[in-house]
Amino acid sequence: METNIFIQLLGNNWIAYTAIAVLPLGFLLLYALVAILAELKVSAWMQDRLGPMRTGPWGILQPLAEVVKLLQKEDITPDLANKVLYNLAPYMMFTGAYAAVAVIPFSQQFVPSNINLGLFYIFAVSAIATIGVVMGGWASNNKYSLLGAMRSVAQIISYEIPAAMAILATAVLASSLNLNEINTVQDGGIFNWFIFGGPGPWFKVFVLPFTFGLCLIYMIASLAETNRTPFDIPEGESELVAGYHTEYGGMKFAMFFLGEYVNMFIVSAIMATIFFGGWQSPFGSSIMSGPVWGLFWFLAKVGTVVFFQIWLRWTLPRLRVDQLMDLGWKYLLPMSFICFFAIALWKMLI
Amino acid sequence: MLTDFGFILLYFIIGFVFVGIGILTAAVLRPSHPNPIKNSTYECGEEPMGGAWIKFNIRFYVLALIFLLFDVEVVFLLPWAVVYKQLGWFAFIEMIVFVVILLAGLAYVWAKGDLSWERPRPYIPSLRDLVVPKKD
Repeated sequence: METNIFIQLLGNNWIAYTAIAVLPLGFLLLYALVAILAELKVSAWMQDRLGPMRTGPWGILQPLAEVVKLLQKEDITPDLANKVLYNLAPYMMFTGAYAAVAVIPFSQQFVPSNINLGLFYIFAVSAIATIGVVMGGWASNNKYSLLGAMRSVAQIISYEIPAAMAILATAVLASSLNLNEINTVQDGGIFNWFIFGGPGPWFKVFVLPFTFGLCLIYMIASLAETNRTPFDIPEGESELVAGYHTEYGGMKFAMFFLGEYVNMFIVSAIMATIFFGGWQSPFGSSIMSGPVWGLFWFLAKVGTVVFFQIWLRWTLPRLRVDQLMDLGWKYLLPMSFICFFAIALWKMLI
Repeated sequence: MLTDFGFILLYFIIGFVFVGIGILTAAVLRPSHPNPIKNSTYECGEEPMGGAWIKFNIRFYVLALIFLLFDVEVVFLLPWAVVYKQLGWFAFIEMIVFVVILLAGLAYVWAKGDLSWERPRPYIPSLRDLVVPKKD
């Protein structure tokens, strides 16, 4: 089946290509506005407050007001900073985050780039944002920024291996690295999703603890990779002001901020794709499935995971740096290897 | 016809151009009145003491080395994960041997204490020191 509906509708020309490359950008901007509002409102309701109420009805225009504010802010480049790297860092951060969106299967009919190395590509490209973090933190020539950047990188590389093992386990189950193919394999209802071991005979119950475990490991690792609470010491306000983007203001700060929200979307999308069936309907392929329903299910799953991340932020306290390293290297890493080889052995036996 | 990797290049370009447009729009709208105090390094209102480009904690270096080893190993695991079932038990056992060697390395680093962030050697005073202060 053709995986790019715009090429079918508009023909194989540059109009279709532009639509394919720009529409996700528009969607992500909209998503970022909604996510910022959700973060404000969810945190307020969890703490029994009202949250923003004055900008528009129930404060729904608050994110727009913040964009206008950031556009008007004076832009400061510190005299002691490395000017080239300092100004290049926001480009690296956002470009890296946005490039990863290229392979995400939004629906059966809309996969922007259906390459057969999808998982590997996402794994590789998500590292570019890390370079942006180091560039911004180091080039600022500010102690808070440097500390924040170093902590951020140490944290990201510590949790990248468990996350990679979780992603690899689904590559083993699907025998493919193509994200759309991984989705297609999880056909046939909620119990054929990879969190439930994928399609298989009844004795797949033996593999359930390992797929559940890897899903949990990926959830924890993705929180650490996006620098969100409980893993937010790189940006701990009480000790490092704002972490690696302390010196940034105005639109450059906005780009870092947007890059972080896009990263949040990407890890949630990977989680939805490889563990929760992506665009597959939870009732099997005959009920409520199709290209439009596929988009709906995909966005619903991603939205749920994003909400879960926001929820955790206002529930859990921050981890100390040594606890964080212990959790990553001494618990998650060995556990992810055990789960991965248990799944590989199971796949070998059936 | 644009290939699949062509689309990826397009995504890189669009992402880069979008940031450029955003920053240019802001450059048109925003005020710009720099002065030396405004452009100094931020240090919570204090005058900055020295630069930030200093030698840094060695622990980050050890972690980066371990990460590099495991990352290379993940790169080897990626193609293996797709085809190992066709290759049979030989490929499976081979990969287990490979990973066990790496995990032995991890166990060595762990036992050496390089994975623990802090290695405190606290001075724990005995009860006698507290009750009867040392005289010297």
